[in-house]
Amino acid sequence: MTKKHVKLSNYKEDEWLYTISAKRKFIDFNFKEIWRYRDLLLLFVKRDIVTLYKQTILGPIWYLIQPLFTSVIFTLVFNNLGDIKTGGVPPFLFNLAGITAWNYFKDCLTNTSNTFTKNQSIFGKVYFPRVILPMSITVSNLLKFGIQLLIFFAFFIYYKLSGFDFGINTYLALFPVYVIIMGMLGLGLGMIFSSLTTKYRDLTVLLSFAIQLLMYLSAVPYPMSEARVKFPSLVAKIVEYNPVTQIVEGFRHMLLDIGNFNLNLFLYTLFISILIFMVGLVIFNRTEKSFIDTV
Amino acid sequence: MSDIILKVENISKLYRLGIVGTGTLSHDLKRWFYKLRGKEDPYLKIGDTNNRAEAAESAYVWAIKDISFEVKQGEVLGIIGKNGAGKSTLLKILSRVTSPTTGEIKTRGRIASLLEVGTGFHPELTGKENIYLNGAILGMTKAEIKAKEQEIIEFSGCERYIDTPVKRYSSGMRVRLAFAVAAFLEPDILVVDEVLAVGDAEFQKKAIGKMQDISSSDGRTVLFVSHNMESMARLCERGILLNNGEIEYRGKINDVIDYYLSNNLEFKSTFTEDDLGENSYVKQVVLSNKDGESTSNFKFNETITLSFEVLKQEGETDDFDLSFAIVNSHNVVILSSSFADTNNFDLEEGHNRFRVNINGNFLNKGDYRVRLFFYNKTKHQGVQRVDCLNFKVNEIGFYKNAQIRRALIIPKLDWVKE
Repeated sequence: MTKKHVKLSNYKEDEWLYTISAKRKFIDFNFKEIWRYRDLLLLFVKRDIVTLYKQTILGPIWYLIQPLFTSVIFTLVFNNLGDIKTGGVPPFLFNLAGITAWNYFKDCLTNTSNTFTKNQSIFGKVYFPRVILPMSITVSNLLKFGIQLLIFFAFFIYYKLSGFDFGINTYLALFPVYVIIMGMLGLGLGMIFSSLTTKYRDLTVLLSFAIQLLMYLSAVPYPMSEARVKFPSLVAKIVEYNPVTQIVEGFRHMLLDIGNFNLNLFLYTLFISILIFMVGLVIFNRTEKSFIDTV
Repeated sequence: MSDIILKVENISKLYRLGIVGTGTLSHDLKRWFYKLRGKEDPYLKIGDTNNRAEAAESAYVWAIKDISFEVKQGEVLGIIGKNGAGKSTLLKILSRVTSPTTGEIKTRGRIASLLEVGTGFHPELTGKENIYLNGAILGMTKAEIKAKEQEIIEFSGCERYIDTPVKRYSSGMRVRLAFAVAAFLEPDILVVDEVLAVGDAEFQKKAIGKMQDISSSDGRTVLFVSHNMESMARLCERGILLNNGEIEYRGKINDVIDYYLSNNLEFKSTFTEDDLGENSYVKQVVLSNKDGESTSNFKFNETITLSFEVLKQEGETDDFDLSFAIVNSHNVVILSSSFADTNNFDLEEGHNRFRVNINGNFLNKGDYRVRLFFYNKTKHQGVQRVDCLNFKVNEIGFYKNAQIRRALIIPKLDWVKE
């Protein structure tokens, strides 16, 4: 199977396949090109998954250990010690649901936030649409998310059989939408961070502790209802309008049937996620052209 | 319609020297402020020309400046230049790794680069997995790679290791595998930078052969950067010479190579060995013309004399071999001659002086280097001095029509009527 090479006779006198120049348009996306590199995206995903736990003994079991232990600690600190009420839901399961959702967002953000600095050797040698890399990370994190969901459902069934009163509700239909929102939000913020850190590294320092603080402002170890009652009203507002809070809450709502669904807040979250994702794409796209000179 | 596949127009690239620090931030702010007012970037004006050796006056430097050229389909263009001349910057811009500061590149074909191959390799993945990954990074689809997988493995010669993680490979094997992937890539324009430097002789030959195939039979366009003038001359038709970021010379590849080499050659008509130790060696070699003047510039019809001074220590045996070779600018050995060829005289203890003549009307015009070899057969010790002397043969005294003869030597032979 030999491929036809470019036929120059198809080109008019001043017609070109593409032009490389310093000028840039504000939004300069070549979606056709990204589509042409779709196999690369899949191969990156495969690479990430295959190589992550090479030469470890427990392998993917590490995916399970981290959320389980975090949930145990959260239950001890916030529910046993701090006496936070989680409705009829066992606190451990409540925390596990929140952590599973939070982890996916967090992994997407942290793993994509160093795209440029981490891959400078390969970016410095060969061109492909740079956005393929953070996208592949978002996709490969889905595997980890899936495994963590499985362990969540194992405990879900265990507690259900033990006679607790909770359960999934019809909003589960929105599950794929929530996953996409989380991915867009994490990827969008990650792309913004990775673009801003190419020249000045200050933000990498900020990110590592900011993300820890953000978790506490995202209603992960407590329900929004408690925050509304116990937080100062300004903080409660901040937590409520934090899109990650809405994702975590929405997750727990459809899986455990606690809290309630607010359409306006859902649409607000969707809008913010799309906005951040688009802003991330634009900034990333502007950076990728010449970041290699300043990285 | 024209057959031009790639058009480079006034490409320049400005780099900032030094490290990124707070000073960079103030420059960035100033630049941003100018841009906000719709003015031109204030730092564009102050760039220095790119001369690696001189101390910089400005913090900015033009890595390449105002480069323009066109490439026709199926052509192999060689890019020559000293280290830091801007070759890699140019290729990086061509392969879209970085963008130019000013100027434009227009292309009618997909460009794929082979800059220091193997960068996309993941050490934990096997050779086969890396073929797929690397191929995809270079722009192939999975189906394309699958169709060529067997050919790639065969070409790389790494069949035995193909299911072993690449981290266990030797560096040569990595290059072989990486080159194999890239060689079966089907871009319209292939950019190759110094890949053939690694790999053994057999593989280098194979790689050059493959690149010739790519351009001649497949009609693909290749941009080739190398310091190896021999492979350059074999692969390319045309060349450009970069110097301090600007095009200094362009034309047929052989002319470009000659220009480059003769401009980077310091002529040396006297070679002296400073430290002889206790051994008997060549003390001095001098190039001179028929008048006995030491020179490096010879007319075509002039006799070139090499005068040797050899020191023989007391009690040394006579079992020496002293020889020299004349090498041209393409690294081809034109002739070699040995003291032992004639056996006219023996060396005496102390200083020996003798000379050998290379007739005029013999070496074609060009630049030559002298390689010296001294061997003590009893001690099995040899000393080689590469490029100890160099000289130029100019075209004064040429035969009629000798200009167009491409021969290495054009000796005056007797044409006898019978």
